[in-house]
Amino acid sequence: MDKSYLKYPKRGYGQDHDFYDWRMAKDRPKLKWSGGAKVAISFIIPLEFFPLNPSGSPFKHPGAMVTPYPDLRHFTVRDYGNRVGVYRILKALEESGVQATFAVNGEIAKRYPPLMEIIKSQGHEVAAHGLSTDHIHHVDLTAEDEVSLMIETEQHFDFENRPIGWMSPARHQSTKTLELLAVRAFSYCLDWEMDQVPVTAKTENGDITLIPNSYELSDFTLLHIRRQSEEAWLSQMKASIELLLEEHDRFGSQMLGLTLTPYVIGQPFRIWALQALLAHIKDTDNVSIFTAGNIATQFASQNASPT
Amino acid sequence: MHATPNLYDYWPYAGRPKIEWPGGKKLAFWIAPNIEFYEFMPPNNPKRQPWPNAIPNVQQYSQRDFGNRVGHLRLMELLDRYNLRGSVSLNVALCDHHPEIIEDCVKRDWEFFSHGIYNTRYSYGLTPEQEQAVLDDSIKTVEKASGQRIRGYLAPALTHTEHTLDLIAKNDFWYSCDLFQDDQPQPLKTKTGKLVSMPYSLEVNDVITYSVMGMDPERYSDILKRHFDQLLLEGERSGTVMCIPLHAYLVSQPNRIKMFEQALAHICAHKDDVWFATGKDIAKHFIDNYWDSSLEDIKQRGVATGGTGFNPKGGA
Repeated sequence: MDKSYLKYPKRGYGQDHDFYDWRMAKDRPKLKWSGGAKVAISFIIPLEFFPLNPSGSPFKHPGAMVTPYPDLRHFTVRDYGNRVGVYRILKALEESGVQATFAVNGEIAKRYPPLMEIIKSQGHEVAAHGLSTDHIHHVDLTAEDEVSLMIETEQHFDFENRPIGWMSPARHQSTKTLELLAVRAFSYCLDWEMDQVPVTAKTENGDITLIPNSYELSDFTLLHIRRQSEEAWLSQMKASIELLLEEHDRFGSQMLGLTLTPYVIGQPFRIWALQALLAHIKDTDNVSIFTAGNIATQFASQNASPT
Repeated sequence: MHATPNLYDYWPYAGRPKIEWPGGKKLAFWIAPNIEFYEFMPPNNPKRQPWPNAIPNVQQYSQRDFGNRVGHLRLMELLDRYNLRGSVSLNVALCDHHPEIIEDCVKRDWEFFSHGIYNTRYSYGLTPEQEQAVLDDSIKTVEKASGQRIRGYLAPALTHTEHTLDLIAKNDFWYSCDLFQDDQPQPLKTKTGKLVSMPYSLEVNDVITYSVMGMDPERYSDILKRHFDQLLLEGERSGTVMCIPLHAYLVSQPNRIKMFEQALAHICAHKDDVWFATGKDIAKHFIDNYWDSSLEDIKQRGVATGGTGFNPKGGA
């Protein structure tokens, strides 16, 4: 190895990047959610376009094509989520009277307008989720290229009600992504999960709120990658809520960002578990469901982030 | 290479016009035993190795052979007890290797559809002429062995070319099990013919559940029941389709088949609401009654993009 390999220029107190400062949970100001909720939940529903001919660059997006072209199997299994599974999720949310955040690839907004209409008509929030699963933001892109990807994504959404939230494809970023999102006037981002509450990221071109979005609690992770059962997923969701309720006295109101993947939880044999979770939340005092955008607004109004 | 297959148009699941199965049934249920032959020493396809590790793969090969020697009969006798007719996903070379199994199916009036020649011969790299030869072989071989003209297709080992669906439509096939985008049938955009995309319920296919997802027999039975219950509930609004695709080398193992029977018993206890059918029955009913109205609804409420499969602008 080159001798620079054993040099540690960022070695020192706190984080090794400048987006936010180091702060332990015990030291953070206590938050309050509206209605007195001790635990806030945001459901984040990714609507992803998986092209049949992905470049796979700089890496293959989770869920991308597997077998040689044309991989009709994986294309259609993913598309099932956007055609069928998402409607089961929408129905469950509607029956429960709650709103969620749909993180939508620009390609989906462009290709499936009827889906966008029903999402909006039911009062859900739409966040931009990049252009497609084959348009990953990464350090080898120039800032110009990355901004172009953002602008192209934005153009597929309703300009009057343009999304204020962003989730990068595969939740992957370059070192400039946050700054460029701030420039593009996005107010929050769903890529980071560094805390049990939102955190303000500072960039040279403005701030952006990081809304935690849990990989470990995601249906994609637990049901799809780890192949756990719906019962196991449900009990982990309940346990998480219970823990945050228990911690409320010490840490104030916290939150869970929970992913619901249409081609995973939207399967006929799985949708019962979401219905059961929604019923459980309804029956549990001091737990409220908000969109990610609503949480970002509540967080901003409390001005609780350290500077 | 294309970003989308363009084989079907976007059709929101909510609010579709009502499909009713014969007798006013809400759910069309079909069961698809895969009766397969995997070769001991298959030739290599540059796009995909026939077996994991190297050939001959004695363990994997002989497990498939177990399916043929032991498994199919166990499954057939189980389905007999519930008066269920299988729709056989057939590697047609099996007609030559193991005609006894074909006779067992014919005796039961089961339907056959083609699953290619061997499950170790893939579609990758075939010219349209070569794929046509596979279809000719499939049609002739099954006709000779059973008297049946096959109407359904599931490409061998789920391997395709851009031409596969156009070719099967051209050869007067009625349904394809190759696409997993829906729980209801939908017209496919082939250059000619009327080809239906038939729900094949890949997520509850026993290869996926036992082998990929690692489910134990009890959990498989449980998700089959839940899958069925949900689709039956939704079928009240507009008829749904559930398939159980099976492989005797898995489901007929001694540790599994009895627990699998519990799911079948659950499904068969809903006779008033369920149409027990074969792939061809479902395809024909859909084509005869819902082909035009589906296309109309897709035009009205969906996103009809025109063109045909892998041919977004249309034309010959």
